[in-house]
Amino acid sequence: MADLSKLTIADARDKLRAGDVSAVELTKDCLAEIEAADALGAFVHKTPEIALERAAAADARIKAGDAPAMCGIPIGIKDLFCTKGVESQAASAILEGFKPEYESTVSQNLADAGAVMLGKLNMDEFAMGSSNETSTYGNAVNPWKIDDRELTPGGSSGGSASAVAADLCLAATGTDTGGSIRQPAAFTGIVGLKPTYGRCSRWGVVAFASSLDQAGPMTKTVRDAAIMMESMASHDPKDSTSAELAVPNFEAMLTGDIKGKKIGIPKEYRMDGMPEEIEQLWADGTAMLKDAGAEIVDISLPHTKYALPAYYVIAPAEASSNLARYDGVRYGHRAKLAAGDGIVEMYEKTRAEGFGPEVQRRVMIGTYVLSAGFYDAYYNRARKVRALIKKDFDDVFAADVDAILTPATPSAAFGLGEMKDADPVQMYLNDVFTVTVNLAGLPGISVPAGLDKQGLPLGLQLIGRPWEEGDLLNTAYALESAAGFVSKPSKWW
Amino acid sequence: MSIDIDTARKVAHLARIAVDESDLPALAGELSNILTFMEQLNEVDVEGVEPMTSVTPMRLKRREDVVTDGNYQDKILSNAPDAREGFFAVPKVVE
Repeated sequence: MADLSKLTIADARDKLRAGDVSAVELTKDCLAEIEAADALGAFVHKTPEIALERAAAADARIKAGDAPAMCGIPIGIKDLFCTKGVESQAASAILEGFKPEYESTVSQNLADAGAVMLGKLNMDEFAMGSSNETSTYGNAVNPWKIDDRELTPGGSSGGSASAVAADLCLAATGTDTGGSIRQPAAFTGIVGLKPTYGRCSRWGVVAFASSLDQAGPMTKTVRDAAIMMESMASHDPKDSTSAELAVPNFEAMLTGDIKGKKIGIPKEYRMDGMPEEIEQLWADGTAMLKDAGAEIVDISLPHTKYALPAYYVIAPAEASSNLARYDGVRYGHRAKLAAGDGIVEMYEKTRAEGFGPEVQRRVMIGTYVLSAGFYDAYYNRARKVRALIKKDFDDVFAADVDAILTPATPSAAFGLGEMKDADPVQMYLNDVFTVTVNLAGLPGISVPAGLDKQGLPLGLQLIGRPWEEGDLLNTAYALESAAGFVSKPSKWW
Repeated sequence: MSIDIDTARKVAHLARIAVDESDLPALAGELSNILTFMEQLNEVDVEGVEPMTSVTPMRLKRREDVVTDGNYQDKILSNAPDAREGFFAVPKVVE
């Protein structure tokens, strides 16, 4: 059977259970696609032996009956997840050669469900970036193309987005600290879900900003996101912020019925200079939800404009602390030392060589805002503003709003290298619609909703109440059905 | 707030990142721009607001203060750039 890698998780599951296809066949097809797609820079560590071994085990399990939905499904894992015995570098030179002795809880959950790991996926270094251009492996490339230029797949989960959109795998894991699942999903025409903070264990996921980081699925459809989410989530005693809540059957909640649901449209997301196409897409999405029976209400989230500056205090502050562990002693890179160099020179040279420019910048900003004399002025103030941003959402949800509809990104994918000379702050603006969700710890999903004039995908974001991913996925499912986005990039790689 | 070259040098040292003297002016400029961006936060009235410490109103869980694992020194050392005789090796720290 041809084109197996193009299957959705749901279709593949049904075919596997019916015996129409084997996990080994499915996996071999994906591995062949991956071998032919080096131009996309998506898979940075390929693990065909592990994949085929797990596929064979999955086939045996399916044959025995009672296999979970993810059993035999070939997926990619973002390089941020520690995978036992397989390079896990967070796309950083400082973790060169690092092979963890343990497996992250999320990737273990997927493995336990029988999912087949094809390899590790490219990303921005330590998940810091919105274009996948800060990776030590080089750029990941968007499979969508409209002219000679290579476009960014977005970031930080750029390799995951590229791999799923190009049908190199059926789905991939991503992580999202400020928009790193939802922005790349929007740029590549796929679905990306960031669950409620605490839904997925952070154990074994290389930490960037611990109060914001969440793992989530990146898939071809909303149904697939529901299936994969259920398998990734769990209560984990090894993560002190992991929620002690039962994980529902999200797929069973996809009825497509959103009659009477209240959808909020936040006026503060209507930015000055927003491209007309984004405005139009947003209006179209609003109309689709209304046609499906939802009630549309105008809402206000008054502190929205302060979300990005608050984020760029809090995230670097946490990063500077988290990344202190990369010191050339326990793992990864250590700089060659000159005669007479002591331990401080070892730290300073190792970190200068091992961290790329964006990571260095953020670690230093974080160090500055936490330093004596500035802690209150920057860090504590940002945490207070964060409390106000969360209260904005609490107030809206207290007024019975079920979900909030916004654009996912302020533009379609841009060309790789086009932002090279821009101020770092310009790049940060990519996260303007997504970052509030991380600050408030809420679930958010990006759904492909249309193409712009050039023919590039655009996404809409739905934001839900905490812990109500099932309801959010159902609203996303209704939006997906109405939008009917079926375009795929044509193969050039 | 703008960061001068001396402050940039100090921050780089606090962050334990070696920065060439010739790169300090550019670094100071970049850090200043980012801080200017953050200064918008000063417009917000935060009087009486508690700094957020957790996104979900949960009490951090506690557990018995007991050893739960251990005895895998070889695993701990397996990724070390320089491990000798069961220890991490570093340049001489004490004279």
